[in-house]
Amino acid sequence: MAIRVFLTLLLFLSSAILSFSLYEDQAGLTDWHQRYIGKVKHAVFHTQKTGRKRVIVSTEENVVASLDLRHGEIFWRHVLGTKDAIDGVGIALGKYVITLSSEGSTLRAWNLPDGQMVWETSLHSAQHSKSLLSVPINLKVDKDYPIIVFGGGYLHAVSAIDGEVLWKKDFTAEGFEVQRVLQPPGSSIIYVLGFINFSEAVVYQIDSKSGEVVAEKSMMFPGGFSGEISSVSSDKVVVLDSTRSILVTIGFIDGDISFQKTPISDLVEDSGKAEILSALLSNMLAVKVNKRTLFVKVGGEGKLEVVDSLSDETAMSDSLPVADDQEAFASVHHEGSKIHLMVKLVNELDNVLLRETIQMDQHRGRVHKVFMNNYIRTDRSNGFRALIVMEDHSLLLLQQGAIVWSREEGLASVTDVTTAELPLGKDGVSVAKVEHTLFEWLKGHVLKLKGSLLLASPEDVVAIQELRVKSSGKNKLTRDHNGFRKLILALTRPGKLFALHTGDGRIVWSMLLKSPSNSQACERPNGISLYQWQVPHHHAMDENPSVLVVGKCGSDSSAPGVLSFVDVYTGKEISSSDIGHSVVQVMPLPFTDSTEQRLHLIADTVGHVHLYPKTSEALSIFQREFQNVYWYTVEADDGIIRGHVMKGSCSSETADEYCFTTRELWTVVFPSESEKIISTLTRKPNEVVHTQAKVNSDQDLLYKYVSRNLLFVATVSPKGAGEIGSVTPEESSLVVYLIDTITGRILHRLSHQGCQGPVHAVFSENWVVYHYFNLRAHKYEVTVVEIYDQSRAENKNVWKLILGKHNLTAPITSYSRPEVFTKSQSYFFAQSVKTIAVTSTAKGITSKQLLIGTIGDQILALDKRFVDPRRTLNPSQAEKEEGIIPLTDTLPIIPQAYITHSHKVEGLRGIVTAPSKLESTTHVFAYGVDLFYTRLAPSKTYDSLTDDFSYALLLITIVALVAAIYITWVLSEKKELSEKWR
Amino acid sequence: MAKLTLIFFLSFLIFSSSIAFQSDELLVDDDEFGLEGAKPRSTDLHTSSSSSSPQQQQQTPTIRRRYSDPTDLDSKVQFTLEHAFGDSDFSPAGTFSARLKTWSHGGKTLTKLRFSRNDFSAEEKDAFKNLLKGDDFYRIRLPSNVVSPPGREFVIASVRARCLPRDGLDEHFIIHMEGANILAVSYGSPGACQYPRQLKLPAKWSFNSHTILKSSEQAPRTPIFTEEILGGENVEGEVEPPPERSFWAKYWMYLIPLGLVVMNAVTQASNMAEEPAGGQAGGAQMQPAARRR
Repeated sequence: MAIRVFLTLLLFLSSAILSFSLYEDQAGLTDWHQRYIGKVKHAVFHTQKTGRKRVIVSTEENVVASLDLRHGEIFWRHVLGTKDAIDGVGIALGKYVITLSSEGSTLRAWNLPDGQMVWETSLHSAQHSKSLLSVPINLKVDKDYPIIVFGGGYLHAVSAIDGEVLWKKDFTAEGFEVQRVLQPPGSSIIYVLGFINFSEAVVYQIDSKSGEVVAEKSMMFPGGFSGEISSVSSDKVVVLDSTRSILVTIGFIDGDISFQKTPISDLVEDSGKAEILSALLSNMLAVKVNKRTLFVKVGGEGKLEVVDSLSDETAMSDSLPVADDQEAFASVHHEGSKIHLMVKLVNELDNVLLRETIQMDQHRGRVHKVFMNNYIRTDRSNGFRALIVMEDHSLLLLQQGAIVWSREEGLASVTDVTTAELPLGKDGVSVAKVEHTLFEWLKGHVLKLKGSLLLASPEDVVAIQELRVKSSGKNKLTRDHNGFRKLILALTRPGKLFALHTGDGRIVWSMLLKSPSNSQACERPNGISLYQWQVPHHHAMDENPSVLVVGKCGSDSSAPGVLSFVDVYTGKEISSSDIGHSVVQVMPLPFTDSTEQRLHLIADTVGHVHLYPKTSEALSIFQREFQNVYWYTVEADDGIIRGHVMKGSCSSETADEYCFTTRELWTVVFPSESEKIISTLTRKPNEVVHTQAKVNSDQDLLYKYVSRNLLFVATVSPKGAGEIGSVTPEESSLVVYLIDTITGRILHRLSHQGCQGPVHAVFSENWVVYHYFNLRAHKYEVTVVEIYDQSRAENKNVWKLILGKHNLTAPITSYSRPEVFTKSQSYFFAQSVKTIAVTSTAKGITSKQLLIGTIGDQILALDKRFVDPRRTLNPSQAEKEEGIIPLTDTLPIIPQAYITHSHKVEGLRGIVTAPSKLESTTHVFAYGVDLFYTRLAPSKTYDSLTDDFSYALLLITIVALVAAIYITWVLSEKKELSEKWR
Repeated sequence: MAKLTLIFFLSFLIFSSSIAFQSDELLVDDDEFGLEGAKPRSTDLHTSSSSSSPQQQQQTPTIRRRYSDPTDLDSKVQFTLEHAFGDSDFSPAGTFSARLKTWSHGGKTLTKLRFSRNDFSAEEKDAFKNLLKGDDFYRIRLPSNVVSPPGREFVIASVRARCLPRDGLDEHFIIHMEGANILAVSYGSPGACQYPRQLKLPAKWSFNSHTILKSSEQAPRTPIFTEEILGGENVEGEVEPPPERSFWAKYWMYLIPLGLVVMNAVTQASNMAEEPAGGQAGGAQMQPAARRR
């Protein structure tokens, strides 16, 4: 055993040459990168007289981007930070894109053509409030109208040219919230309408040049406003009162305020709670009452009158001036699998300018938003195009009754990822195809041979490059021998499941999660997590693999859950069920039934545990292991971790025989005044550990403590839970624990004085690596903890192994007192980290690399040997041979070790690794706003030939050798014969 | 042969006894481990007491008096251990008493922990026997704050009842402390608990308790090197010659082929020596064959 271990160790250590980098021509061979922007919130069309047509969008992922209207490509894009949510977008002076973000405290201008930042102004902000951006619409560039920004209780006027704050007004004292800013064209007076405590309407007339208040008028409204507002014309707004049953028209013509109340019941018979839709229509108002959308025309004296009503599944755009002082708006509604786009004039609703019907994919859901733009057709008439945002966050451009382009923006908000195998390829390929491929194959290899012998002409080099990209059928939809072709299943926040091909990242299929019961309460469940439900291998080979999607109706923790089972090959939903209880935790069990369906336990808020699948076979399997099923819960807010064991069926309360009660076995109570849980982590349940032991340089064995039931917990002092640097080193400390989740024993406890979170950790085999901030050293640190088993240390004696007197095969139980020891070491790390992952391979033989998602949205591959606790200052010769690197205080950041090379995975949130069939290789998938995939060989591809291996050269050599052997044989025969005749 | 196995058996007896001995040693090891980096100096305390050792209990206070620092604001605290059999309610099972040391910087630590365990009553014995039969859990709990029990919540630990009985009832507590708070308690038998667990009634119904107090261990400082040290290390590496290896270790890769060549040559030589004779014999054999034809 020891010898075998040693040999394997030697084998892979010798093969682990420090080289991660790739050549320039290898970029894009195995990796792909996709850029997304997220769900669009605002869109501003910009029609430049010269150049291509563009649209400026801002999204819920805090991205501001310029898209090509013809193809939907991204011209430029800026991802603002996670806390820098965009509140408004506008175009000023015809050349700057203005964005207001961070609750109205940051105003930026971007150059329209190339997206370079022109200026940035941070505005003073005193309190949380609604923020508002008002960019003057003027076509005359020479005159500088200020940009009016309200946010944080202050009203600012900012020059559009250089971002200088011209004046500001403090409204914090009065509690005044600005609702509308009107800048009548051609006048220097601006009207600012706002509410004080939603009960008093105030209109300020402010000189836009100096910021002086010219006039002020206020009027109390006894009922109070609800805050929803729609401005219908330059001097009128319509508000809902606090009971949501009366529409109030506020006119502020020339600074005089007038109220006019119209109860909803006057407009429609069956009145209920009303809601003002945000669409900006001129002299028109869209109100949602009782699931119907009413169009209410606002007359000259504030008189309201219903002109049209539509079903509530209608999405509307803002109105847009078209020719002859008329305004038009677009509305989109569903009918079966089709959507209807209509463009109407605001004043004459019967006059439909455009009516288009478009076939729409069922898996896109409803239309959420519509943005309309007009253009001049070749026949000089008005044409309209609409940008629509669907329920699955996808963005589509409709023009001339067709979808011009679509972007799957749901992929910018991936929540969970798993991988799946592709179907097996069919046997029996036609001869012609073989001949063709054989010829191609030979040609390719001749080219490669030329390349490797440096005989290739530039055209040949291009051909070789093309061949490489196309080669090995990496985009086929069948399983390959090396396991390089796989499906990446990504669940997104809107509840859509995507299957991406690892070869080129295209979407193989996608599916929107549906509520099984079609109830009113839960139309569209949001996806939470993804589990491997059925992975057929031994028996049930004919079954297609399937995944379990766990969803939830609503954001509440006690909201009922939804389970959906999806066939991986086809992307069809096999079945779905409303489980009738909440989902707190989903636990895959290490048991499968005869059809290879994995047993899962789902814990609810009441403390019951439910078994899935609900079959009697699953129940009997579970009953057999009933005694040995444990689980734990982490109550991060209370600082308590609890361990539970199955108790019995909860048949006394419900008739459900798949429901079980549990009882508490152990608790770990962190003192609330000194410790707060900030991070918990377990090992990946499907991780494979090849060697149980580690050989020291002095021929000593260390047994790894490999347990599936270890939980890593990091706590900080409550004061230190905030931002880095908000506390002094004395006030903050970080404590890490390794807890056995069966018995609640603390196996390891280490405190770091003067350190602070956030903690990013990775747990694999018997080690944990975690990243945190050291306040004393003003640096980030990475600490490694390795845990070893002492109880098996006696097994070193060869005699014991021969006589079978070892305890290696004895069942390991958590109830034995663990004899473990840990080794740990800290290193400085120069970068801030977003996430850490570790490579995983099929058998776990290949050495590991840490994949560190850095603050620059790149992924750094760091060999695990750098974070070895056994590194010493002066390693002995034997230790050097073993591969121990001399101790340094800082972990190296080698620029070539960035596996993302020139790409950035903007908004990086997670890294997922999955093994391929080839032991040396692992799949790496990183997601954030962007997606990135690559294949990685941490110890280089020691078990396969590289792609550019010249088979032709090998063939020629063999042929030449055979020929030489034959010739020499003939010659020697001749010689022998002549010798004999002599 | 029988003798040989007997010897082996005896040697294993020795081995196994040495295992048992070592595990005792380890307790002390753990103890010292905790001592080394403990924040407010040593708080680790290892008590090994049984309910039937009154003289030991009397001894400790005298030691305490001798060592107690008059400036320390010490106070005595007591907290109860409670136990439950399976799903039953918790009932008192023993008392921990300790001294609470208040340090000048405000930190509090427990020292000189003593434990007195109540013996099982008749009903408790029956309940415990039932647990043993059903392979159920024996649960204990401690208050999470020793100064103002029960504190925020009880700290619970459980063990399969069949793990406890040995000769008597052996139990082992590791109490993880943070100031005056109990974070967690690890509870179980002091040694291994074989799986599958066998039903075994204890010979004596008295507890043999071991208790360890543990506080958190301080992480070692990250080593900070300056350029000089690194440079110095390089120089050192140059100065210090690699340890001289033996002749065989150095040149085995040459020696083995050489040996093979020599061996080959020797066999060749011997063959050569035989060959003339063999050749003649061959010739002699050939001739009859030719004659036959």
